[in-house]
Amino acid sequence: MQSLGSIRRDFAPWNDQAAKPYIVFDQVTKRFGDFTAVNNLSLSIYEREFFALLGASGCGKSTLLRMLAGFEEPTSGRILLDGQDLRGIPPYRRPVNMMFQSYALFPHMSVEANIAFGLKQEGMEASKIAERVAEMLKLVKLEQFAKRKPHQLSGGQRQRVALARSVAKRPKVLLLDEPLGALDKKLREETQFELMDLQQKLGLTFVVVTHDQEEAMTMADRIAIIDKGEVMQVATPAEVYEAPGSRFVANFVGNVNMFEGTVTARDASGASIDGDSGISIRTENAGDAQAGAKIAYAVRPEKIKVSSRPPMDIDSNAAEGEVYDIAYFGDMTVYYVKLGNGLVVKAASLNSARLTDDPLTWNDRAWISFKPDSGVVLTR
Amino acid sequence: MSNAAFSQSASHAGTDTGLGTRIVRAVAARLVIAVPYIWLLLFFLIPFVIVFKISLSQTAIAMPPYVPVLDFSEGVGGFLASLREFSIDNYLWLTEDALYFNAYVSSLTIAGISTILTLLVGYPIAYGMARAPASLRPILLMLVILPFWTSFLIRVYAWIGILKPEGLLNQLLLTIGVIDQPLIIMNTHTAIFIGIVYSYLPFMVLPLYSALEKMDYSLIEAAQDLGCPPTSAFWKITFPLSLPGVVAGCLLVFIPAVGEFVIPDLLGGSQTLMIGKTLWNEFFANRDWPVSSAVAVILLLLLVVPIVLFQNAQARAQEQGR
Repeated sequence: MQSLGSIRRDFAPWNDQAAKPYIVFDQVTKRFGDFTAVNNLSLSIYEREFFALLGASGCGKSTLLRMLAGFEEPTSGRILLDGQDLRGIPPYRRPVNMMFQSYALFPHMSVEANIAFGLKQEGMEASKIAERVAEMLKLVKLEQFAKRKPHQLSGGQRQRVALARSVAKRPKVLLLDEPLGALDKKLREETQFELMDLQQKLGLTFVVVTHDQEEAMTMADRIAIIDKGEVMQVATPAEVYEAPGSRFVANFVGNVNMFEGTVTARDASGASIDGDSGISIRTENAGDAQAGAKIAYAVRPEKIKVSSRPPMDIDSNAAEGEVYDIAYFGDMTVYYVKLGNGLVVKAASLNSARLTDDPLTWNDRAWISFKPDSGVVLTR
Repeated sequence: MSNAAFSQSASHAGTDTGLGTRIVRAVAARLVIAVPYIWLLLFFLIPFVIVFKISLSQTAIAMPPYVPVLDFSEGVGGFLASLREFSIDNYLWLTEDALYFNAYVSSLTIAGISTILTLLVGYPIAYGMARAPASLRPILLMLVILPFWTSFLIRVYAWIGILKPEGLLNQLLLTIGVIDQPLIIMNTHTAIFIGIVYSYLPFMVLPLYSALEKMDYSLIEAAQDLGCPPTSAFWKITFPLSLPGVVAGCLLVFIPAVGEFVIPDLLGGSQTLMIGKTLWNEFFANRDWPVSSAVAVILLLLLVVPIVLFQNAQARAQEQGR
């Protein structure tokens, strides 16, 4: 069986016609004065989904989250949660909780009191509160820090307190604003898996805002790529990476080689492309591009092979050039190959052996080659 | 050979200047710390000791108007003899005449009420300033400080013009028909409260503003997100976090208000009893320096003791908490 990318869990309600979306942004627009932060945006999120809003800073993703939490009201459009229109419902009456980017822990309260805060607002019995707080502390492994104040904790511990506080009330939806932004790289990677675990365990719907694509790719079931207040694509991480819908998405997520060109022939098995850079490309993934269309052919660096000899495989697309630069990352090496007309192509090769036979070096003649199903045709 | 000698002497010179710089630095560091201590010694402790000494003396028709005057001309014996003349009679006198007790109580009450009123007026102002757009804040801050550009005395006098029976306030209220008899505000406690609140408002607003301004607004959002309505969020988050500002502001208003002389004298009329006025009368009308010194020393103790206790408590809380 072939599939696009790797499958993490069997969960795809968005493919099910019968499934009802849990959160719906319906033609939502938000303006701040002259500035349009969110522009006529529609989006559906399903129950128990781990959904990521990915975009550069200032793209409007945080505004979306704040509208869901109730800190901002949409200028126009509706936001529905479980079928209920959220307009006019203040943040303190919404069944959603938010984990803030700054964590926003109450500095004058102990860890315990921070976690209990929301439960007390609900008017829960003291004994039940204590029980829930203990449970939450156990969940985030902070039992021995219950009496501490936030400033006596490390960044990672604070992040856990913020998380425990935001899930303590068992919200229908947990909103996470750059939840891992303040952690260092190692801790961030660990915490990603913990967040995913927690989401599964509690069976909550998570909406996370992030500018870090790796974070979004690792954790989310689906990613919405946001740019200038508009959704560019909503898809699973593998689809976003392997089947980007536009030049913007292809460029935004990961590294990509973009061959601008014209479709010369279109048939059932694919298309032939005449690249502006002189390379002619045969692809199996032509989408809806018709002959004569101006398109871009996007292919990821790791799908391009680089070698000192022309490829044996006659089906492959290939071009000759010279090694212009080499970036060595340890686990892989990225070759920058300059083609005849000056286009520089990135080709990544995994260093699966410690020793390389016949290594390429600067100014060597080199061939790049890629299979017909390696890339996708982008019309937008 | 010559090279080695050269490098040796060079390194020698190097350690010499190194040591010299270090000594200079150490002395300089101590000097910097010493400056505030010297300042306190010269302008606080020594004057206080003098006042305390006078408070143990007896009044006399002389220059200065008290005995004993410490006199070294009669040798050590004479000096010791004059020391023996010191007594705590003045302090005992303060307890015998109810006037002083009443004046202290009245001062503390008036200052306490004024402080609470100033807090009630100042908190919304400070809150509004802290939540104003960042570009507007320096202007608002400027406006709070602006009254200081005019003399305090003149500003208090101006209030007479506003508050007197035929003053601006009464004229306004009579004209718009809210009242048909002029309000009697002048020479009442109300006038004193108005005067103190007005005069000391900046001292309340500034520390409150600085406490509120550095508070992260996302804390309020977090509280609301967790189900806390705005009013409740204010009392559970904003107010506790602004407490250092509240305490600083209250102390800055309360302490000078207790000893306030000008405002009760100008606005409060003759029947208002406040310790500042009592002190003034003892000093200038009665020329009883020793008793007025005793009044001043007791006032200082009344104010310093709670402040020291409070600061100790706060320091301990900080060690535990922060």
